[in-house]
Amino acid sequence: MHDVKIKVSNFSLSYGDVPAIKNVTMSIKANRITGIIGPSGCGKSTFLRALNRMNDLILGVRTSGTILIDSEDILQKNVDVVHLRRRVGMVFQKSNPFPKTIFENVAYGLRIGGIKDKAYIEQKVEKSLQAAALWDEVKDRLHKSAFELSGGQQQRLCIARALAVEPEILLMDEPASALDPLATLKIEELIHELKKKYTIVIVTHNMQQAARISDFTAFFMLGELIEYDVANIMFTKPRKKITEDYITGRFG
Amino acid sequence: MKHAEAVKKYRARKIEERFFHSLFFINGILVIVVLAGIFAILLKTAAPAFREIDLREFFFTVHWDPAGYEKESYGIIAMLVSTFLVTLGALAIAIPIGIGAAAYLCDVAGPRVREIAKPLIEVLAAIPSVVLGFIGIVVVNPMLAKFFRQPNGLNAVNGSILLAIMALPTIISITEDALVSVPRSFEQASLALGATKWQTIIRVKIPAALSGIIAACMLGMGRAIGETMTVLMATGCAPALPTSYLHAVRTMTATIAIELGEVPYYSTHYYGLFAIGLTLFIITFMINLVADLVLHNFQKMQR
Repeated sequence: MHDVKIKVSNFSLSYGDVPAIKNVTMSIKANRITGIIGPSGCGKSTFLRALNRMNDLILGVRTSGTILIDSEDILQKNVDVVHLRRRVGMVFQKSNPFPKTIFENVAYGLRIGGIKDKAYIEQKVEKSLQAAALWDEVKDRLHKSAFELSGGQQQRLCIARALAVEPEILLMDEPASALDPLATLKIEELIHELKKKYTIVIVTHNMQQAARISDFTAFFMLGELIEYDVANIMFTKPRKKITEDYITGRFG
Repeated sequence: MKHAEAVKKYRARKIEERFFHSLFFINGILVIVVLAGIFAILLKTAAPAFREIDLREFFFTVHWDPAGYEKESYGIIAMLVSTFLVTLGALAIAIPIGIGAAAYLCDVAGPRVREIAKPLIEVLAAIPSVVLGFIGIVVVNPMLAKFFRQPNGLNAVNGSILLAIMALPTIISITEDALVSVPRSFEQASLALGATKWQTIIRVKIPAALSGIIAACMLGMGRAIGETMTVLMATGCAPALPTSYLHAVRTMTATIAIELGEVPYYSTHYYGLFAIGLTLFIITFMINLVADLVLHNFQKMQR
């Protein structure tokens, strides 16, 4: 039922000569929420950004190993990153709506994809905003600037924007870290809802959050994957001492 | 004792503060006074023109011929059209090239190219206008003559090309600054949605930097519309109504520069030249004002 969506094998990444991720092997399941936790600088964000090749933007990044998405190795040179990023959407730590209207923010991905059909775009924008649980709050002001929204609303707008292009996988880089508890709760509920349709990989700094929302949890440290298991087991009976130390807040 | 000392220090500080306060105040006021003074002199010297020249003649007739054999004529339409022709031509050349070059420097060029190219472009702004005029006569002139099969190439296009060269450094430099200051997060969001670099520049970065880009173009236009020496040398200086870009033209600035040296003081002609200057001043002022309003509205929309 829950197939492997992303298969990472012996994946390493370095910035110039500085290794950031060392020999990671893990399988990420479809329609599940995979949480990635670990102390700052452990490579978890880098790992996430490898999954849609956003690290390409940084000069001097080198990778080895393979990352298969539906058995296609996305690390190959000839991979069409534009196409890849349409399949693998991303939500960033700080909400980053464009300086455009709410409507245009969501429509952006469709427009750059070459879609011109107005009715289709309108319908898609509405659906995406509904899926991001934002529609009711913004339906009367779709053509107002996205900057008029609150922080939590902006982040949900960014999620809607990512959903509009119908990705298969959604990467989230600490999507709630800049939000207050109520807004965080809303985002978490939303993420839970979204896993029905999408495979979600979420990086989080917040242990409780990882425990609350993830089905599987991976613990990274110093670029290595220390432990990877079903979330329940990770947070109750971790196999390694260091994982337990981190989860219980002894460091981090 | 201690208290007295503290009071003394306090007084000294107070005096110092007051001194600097008035120093900066005087400096600020001085700029305004000079500006107001220029405007007042312009207004005062131009005013008699409108007593001696019919306003309708001034603004709505074509020919400027103060030494006319049969009749003196004081119409500015021909030079007004010339000025706009040359300026718009310059902008039509400089804006696309300028934005393109800025986008290249900002997003495509490597750090080394940028480090060399940007100062080089800024040096372009230091070329004296008379040198550019010279280039217009010696280089652009024969090229245009050959290309358009005309007897010579001293015409509106020539002026537009040179003014475009003059406006380019300003436009490139400020546009590039504006593009660089677009938050990286916009770019990342766009790329993560599967946009190409090109789409990201056109659809996200340029719109986000638009206020800066408009300012850049306005400054470039300001430079072009008020420029005198280059157009004087390169445009052929024919005071007739131009009907195409291949006509020789004489702009408002060129007319003032040519005639003011030889005109008898306090004659109608003399006042008329100041009236031209005043008109030019009002035009540039309006352009700046409109640009400011556009910018302001735009920023309000964004925030």
